[in-house]
Amino acid sequence: MSTAAKDVPLPSYTPKDFASDQDVRWCPGCGDYAVLTGVRKALAGLGIPREKFVFVSGIGCAARFPYYMNTYGLHTIHGRAPAVATGVKLANPDLHVCIVSGDGDLLSIGGNHTIHAIRRNIDITIILLNNQIYGLTKGQYSPTSKPGKITKSTPMGSPDYPLNPLAVAAAAGCQFIARTLDVDVKMFSDLLTRAIEHKGTSFIEVYQDCNIFNHGTFFYASQKDTRAENTVELQHGKPLIFGKNADRGIRIKGGTLEAVTLGDGVKEEDLLIHDETNPSIAYLLTQMAYPDLPEPLGVLYERKGTPTYDQLVMSQIEQASSAAPKNGDALKELIYGDETWVVK
Amino acid sequence: MPETTAVSTPKGKSQPVGAVVIRFCGDSGDGMQFAGGEFASTSAIFGNDIATFPDFPAEIRAPRGTTFGVSGFQLQFSSSEIHTPGDMVNVLLAMNPAGFKVNIGDVEQGGIVIANSDEFTKVNLTKCGYPEGYNPLDDQALNAKYQIFRVPMSRLTREALEGSSIGVKDMDRCRNMFALGVAYWLYQRPLEPTIERFHAYYGKTKGRPEIAEANAIVLKAGYYFAETAELFPVRYEVAPAPCEPGVYRRISGNHALVLGLATVAQKAGKEIVFAGYPITPASDILHGLARLKHLHVRTFQAEDEIAAMCAAVGASYAGQLGVTATSGPGLALKSEGLGLAVIYELPLIVIDVQRAGPSTGMPTKTEQADLLQAMYGRPGECPCIVLAPSTPADCFDIVIEAARLAVKHMTPVVILSDGYIANGAEPWKIPDIDAIDEIRIDHPTADAKQNGAFLPYTRDPETLARPWAIPGTPGLEHRIGSLEKQERTGNVSYDPANHEAMVKLRQEKVNRAADSIPPLTVRGEDSGDVLLLGWGSTFGAIATAGDRLREMGHKVSTAHLRHLMPMPSNTEQVLRRFEKVIIPENNMGQLLMLIRSKFLIDAKGINHVRGRAFRVDSIVRGVLELMNH
Repeated sequence: MSTAAKDVPLPSYTPKDFASDQDVRWCPGCGDYAVLTGVRKALAGLGIPREKFVFVSGIGCAARFPYYMNTYGLHTIHGRAPAVATGVKLANPDLHVCIVSGDGDLLSIGGNHTIHAIRRNIDITIILLNNQIYGLTKGQYSPTSKPGKITKSTPMGSPDYPLNPLAVAAAAGCQFIARTLDVDVKMFSDLLTRAIEHKGTSFIEVYQDCNIFNHGTFFYASQKDTRAENTVELQHGKPLIFGKNADRGIRIKGGTLEAVTLGDGVKEEDLLIHDETNPSIAYLLTQMAYPDLPEPLGVLYERKGTPTYDQLVMSQIEQASSAAPKNGDALKELIYGDETWVVK
Repeated sequence: MPETTAVSTPKGKSQPVGAVVIRFCGDSGDGMQFAGGEFASTSAIFGNDIATFPDFPAEIRAPRGTTFGVSGFQLQFSSSEIHTPGDMVNVLLAMNPAGFKVNIGDVEQGGIVIANSDEFTKVNLTKCGYPEGYNPLDDQALNAKYQIFRVPMSRLTREALEGSSIGVKDMDRCRNMFALGVAYWLYQRPLEPTIERFHAYYGKTKGRPEIAEANAIVLKAGYYFAETAELFPVRYEVAPAPCEPGVYRRISGNHALVLGLATVAQKAGKEIVFAGYPITPASDILHGLARLKHLHVRTFQAEDEIAAMCAAVGASYAGQLGVTATSGPGLALKSEGLGLAVIYELPLIVIDVQRAGPSTGMPTKTEQADLLQAMYGRPGECPCIVLAPSTPADCFDIVIEAARLAVKHMTPVVILSDGYIANGAEPWKIPDIDAIDEIRIDHPTADAKQNGAFLPYTRDPETLARPWAIPGTPGLEHRIGSLEKQERTGNVSYDPANHEAMVKLRQEKVNRAADSIPPLTVRGEDSGDVLLLGWGSTFGAIATAGDRLREMGHKVSTAHLRHLMPMPSNTEQVLRRFEKVIIPENNMGQLLMLIRSKFLIDAKGINHVRGRAFRVDSIVRGVLELMNH
C-alpha cells in the first residue's frame, strides 16, 4: 500500500533502479541471475516506491539476494527468514516484504517457519529457489533432492524421500501457489507481480539450476526440446493442454489425473479446466510429477479475500483502541491497577 | 453468627511482633495461591511491608494428596522494611497431610502449625507416604517441637454452608477461606477488603454472586471459629511499617515488566512488538502484554523460541521496538538470533526469566544460572548489554532503562529476571508517569546521505552507535546482513583488519554504555572487612544478611550489581576497599568467575542451587564461616 499523497505521481522505475552497487557473486551460469533479473523487472513495473520493499533471506547461495537489490533488505540466519519477515511486517504493515531463499533454508532448517508463516497468511511473498541441493556448503543433498541422489554426504545414494514444496504450501493453507522455471524470466516476473499484489502469503517455487553441484536436474522441464512435453502451463479457465503439438492433455479419471492424447477419442472438453480458485484441483496439480505426468507451471491456486494476519492484528488493535479511554489516561489506569492504598 | 462484617475489633490478649512469616500449603487445587494472595493484599493495604513467594508444582493438577502436588504460598509481613519473604516459617497452614509433610521442616521451633485435621485420614496419610498407623498430628516429638492446632476445616466449611444453594464441590472449594479466616483472626486482619474482592470477582466478573457469598460466609466462619474456640492463647499484632507517603499497589516481577514495557511504548513513541513463545515462568509477560493492544503493544505468539527472537529482530529493523521474553532453555534457542541483533546493531530487549536447569530442569523453581549464558552464550565475540532487576518492583525501572540503553547505544539488551522475582510480589509506590523522561530516538532522513550514499555503519563519536534508518524512508535503502561488515558502508567484508576492528568496535560500544549507568553504591560502610556482592534476586537476602551482620558488630557492607555488562565504572574501586569480597549466588559461582577473572580479586562464593531463594540465615552463616578462614 503506497502512502504517497494523491498529487505525487507514482514512481517510474526501470529494472536498473533496483540494482544495488554490489557485485553479484553467484557462479557464472547460476540460475539465480535470471531470477534477479526477473525480480528487478517485476518491481519496476509495479509502481510501488522502492523504499517500501524489504527483501529478506536466510542462508545459502540464494540468500545473498538482498545484497543485490537497491531496496531495504536483510540477510538473516539459516532458516529464519520467514520469522524475521513476520516481525518486519508486524512492525510496519505498509511495507512489501519478500523472502528469497533456497530449498535447504526454507524447507529443511527453516521448514517450521515457512509452514507457520503460510498458515498465518501474513501478507508476504516467498520465492523458493529450489535447486534440490545444498550449494553454499558444497553439494550435500537437500530435502527436495530425488531419492537415491548421490552427493558428498550420501555416497551410496540418499535414503531420504523428498518433500513436495507446493504440496507443503497447500497443506499449510497457502492462498497463492505458483511454480515457474529460472530460465523463463517473463513468466517469473509476471507471477511475481501477481504474487506481490496478492494479499496474504504468496508462494512461488522456482526450478533453479545449480550448474556446479546439480547441473541439469531440471533440464527435463526447462529445455527447449523438453519443456513442452514435460510441463503444462496453467491458465485459469483453460483446459490443461501440453506437448510440442499441443495435442496432449490432462483429465481427471477415478479421482486422479492422467495424461491423454487429443483426437484419440478424447476431445478438448473432456480435459480438466484449470480453476485457480479450487483447492482440490490445486492439490491434484501439486501431485503431478515427471516422468509420469507433465509438471504444472503458473498459478496453481489463488484465493482472494482471506483476511491476512497483519490485517487481523491491526483490526484488533483498532478495536481495542476505540474502546480505551480517549484522554490518554489508559496507561495510568493500567499502572494503578485494581487495588491501591495510600500511605500518608 | 453475627450478620455484620464489622468484625475487625481486636479482643483478648494481643502481643505485638515485628515481622511474621506465614505459609499456606495444600493440594495444587486447594486455592493456596488465592488464600496467600488475599492475605498479602490485605496486609499491604493494612500498611505492612510485605514480600511474597508462591511455590507451586509444574503439574497443573497433580494427583490429589501427593507430596509432588503440594502448592505453597509464603508471605512475610512486617512493621519495618523487609526485603525477602522470610527464612523460617512462623505459622504454617496445612490443608492436607502432604502439605504438612513437605513443609513442616521449614517451620521454626515453637512455630504455629494449623492443620485441617479432617484430611489426615488413613487414605491420605498413606498417599503421601506416611507409614501405616502413623499420624504426624499425634506425634509427640512433633507436638513438643511445634504448637500444632487441629482444626476440622472440611467439616466446619460444609456446616457453615448448610442450606446454601451451591453444590458440594463448590462448598469444598471454600475451605481455603476457612484457613484464611483463622489466619486473619490470629493476626487481626480486617475481613472487608477480601469480602469486597469476592463480590467484585465472583459476583461481577464471573456472574456467580452465590460463590462470593459462600466464600464470605466461610471466611467469617474461620474467623469466628478462631475467636470462639479459644484455640490460640494470644493473637498477634503487626503494626504498619513506616514508608514513604504515596499511592501504593502490590506488584509481581512479571507484571512490573508488562507495565514497564507499556510505559516504554509511550515514552519512546514506538510500538512494542513483543514476540514470545509460551514458557514457564515467563508466559505471564506475554499474557499481560496481549491485553494492552490499546497501549501501542503488538504481541505475536510465535511458532517457537527462535521465531520469537527473529521476529523481534525484524520488528526492530522495521523501526519499532522488538522485545521477546523466555526462560533459560528458550534463551539457548534464541542465541543465534540474538547474535544476529548484535551484528545488525539494532536495539532490542530480551527478557530471560531464569529457572532451575540444566535442560528442562525444574521449570517452576528459581535459579540464577543463566548469567554466563547471557554474557557469552553466543558464537563469536558477541557482546550485548546485560541487566538484572533486584526485586519485583525493580522490573518496572529496569525495562525502561533497558529500552533507553538499547536505543541510545543501538544494541540488544538482555534482562535477567528469575522465577523468584517473576512470581514474588511486594508493595510498589506507584511512580508519577508524567515525570519519567521521554526515550529519545532520532531516525535519519534522506539528508543523512554522504556524497549520495547512505552509510549504515557510521558511528556516533561518543556512543559509537550507528544510525537507525528505517524501511519506508526514501533514499536510505540499505541492506544489512549476518555476514561481517565493512566499517561505515556495512557491505560484506572478509578483510582481516576490518574484522578485528569491527569486533573491537562492537565491544567498545557496549563498554561505553558504562557512561550511561549509575555508579555502584554500597549499603553500610564504604570500606571494611567484607563486601557482600550480589546481582539479581539475591538482593533482598544479601541486604538483610548485611544488616544483620552489622548489628552483630561485623564490618560487613553489601553492594548490588544491576548492570552486569558493562559493570559500573567504579566496580573495581568499590571492591578493592574491602579485605574480602563474598558473592552469594543461586548458581555455582558465575558472577564469582567474572569478578575473579576481570579484576584478579580473590573473591569467595556462597553458592546454593536448591531451586529456591536464598535464606538470610544461610548467607549470615556462610559469611561467618568465610570470615574465620
